[in-house]
Amino acid sequence: MSAQAAPALAQRGHLRLDAVIGAAATVVGPFEAKGPLGHLFDRVVKDDLCGEKSYERAEQCLLRGAVELLLDRSGVGAADVDLMLAGDLLDQITTTNFAGRDLGVPLLGLYSACATTSESLLLAGLAVTAGAARQAIAATASHHNAAERQYRYPLELGVQRAPTAQWTATGGAAFLVRPAGEGLARMVSATVGTIQDYGLKDPNNMGAAMAPAAADTILRHFRARGQTSRDYDLILTGDLARAGSPLLEELLAEQREHPGERLQDAGMLLYAEEQDVHAGGSGAVCSALVLASLALPRLRRGEIRRALLVATGSLHSPRSYQQGESIPTVAHAVELEAIS
Amino acid sequence: MEPKEYRQRVRRMEQPRPVARNALWAFVVGGLICVVGQGVQSGLMSLGYDQESVKAPVSIILVFLGSLATALGLYDRLAKLGGMGANLPITGFANSVVAPAMEFKQEGPIMGTGARIFQVAGPVIAYGLLTAFVVGLVRFAISGGKP
Repeated sequence: MSAQAAPALAQRGHLRLDAVIGAAATVVGPFEAKGPLGHLFDRVVKDDLCGEKSYERAEQCLLRGAVELLLDRSGVGAADVDLMLAGDLLDQITTTNFAGRDLGVPLLGLYSACATTSESLLLAGLAVTAGAARQAIAATASHHNAAERQYRYPLELGVQRAPTAQWTATGGAAFLVRPAGEGLARMVSATVGTIQDYGLKDPNNMGAAMAPAAADTILRHFRARGQTSRDYDLILTGDLARAGSPLLEELLAEQREHPGERLQDAGMLLYAEEQDVHAGGSGAVCSALVLASLALPRLRRGEIRRALLVATGSLHSPRSYQQGESIPTVAHAVELEAIS
Repeated sequence: MEPKEYRQRVRRMEQPRPVARNALWAFVVGGLICVVGQGVQSGLMSLGYDQESVKAPVSIILVFLGSLATALGLYDRLAKLGGMGANLPITGFANSVVAPAMEFKQEGPIMGTGARIFQVAGPVIAYGLLTAFVVGLVRFAISGGKP
């Protein structure tokens, strides 16, 4: 398929892509730097406030920092970026739009909670494939302290978290998507998720709520592509964590898919056991950080040939939860392969 | 899979809270806070005050200590360990007021700290007052207002 051809709709919600992830950049908080992937991130901010006066502004600082670092390292000026697709977790996606003030790039704000990583990547890939952008940026950010005050409790309040609760990652990540050429990995195809809601209501167990969305998207992607999990070296979900991952394995096993070690979860890779984040990491940036620091370098080095990023999102709000609504969830998949 | 079936599976596979360990720590932490309270009370009484007159000062001192520990970022760690053992004593009440007061300082003294200071303690205060009112009515019905 040539770069000029329109993206073919092979099956409902499945998109053929012809683009590469040219470069990636990450900025993380000090707590994330202490995790097992700490040494793989590009920049660590000194403290949680990123030199700002609020955590909301700190989150903007992380997103801006990741985008600036990305432009810097790929030698691309902001004026050469045709489109930026980015999202975050805060109300009215203020992080994205406020950071956009300083970037001067055509910007579309996105929201799919923690599935925003794959949503932004697949839309950037789609824009490039369709010839609508020569260089597009996909980016996400989240901040633990900003998410806590929006979704949960004041930071200093004494609360015992549930074992199934997850920890919102602090960081920003940005990816440069271009037409075929040099880069970290090729974007081959993507599957847009359908909203799944199995009636779960506990925001302290988002992994369980999101596992069916991940299973549905993975299976739909396999069907559209005529693949099985054996075609992949890595299926990276983000972020089902320790509560959701075994549920996904069961749901896949019922459809005779046994990915075994190929199935990894970003929420379980970002933090170490002794960091006491309960079930694992989450947040819009969590899967993006693991993708940029772990999966993309391995694809570039040819250690793995094919990977499926399946970022999952819990689409509830504090208000929907208080009103007793169940948690709708979504997962979007992006298929990546090694370039050489 | 049916949603109902899935929900049952989730419940079955959900990692339970470590109830025994939590209860033990709640006992230890709650007990220690009470020991501190007792120490303050005994200290004040050794200065010659009687038990009745030190009740309010003891509460005030404990509220101060709870607030101080919250401000220093210690109380949330204590409560993470001790759970209800740290939440239930009056120091926990102080924590529930000071924590949002600190948190929402960023939104300013009126719409932030002022409006949100009782975000956590509000329900306790509202229903505490309601309960006191109902109990008062019951007592009045029984004893007819005689002390």
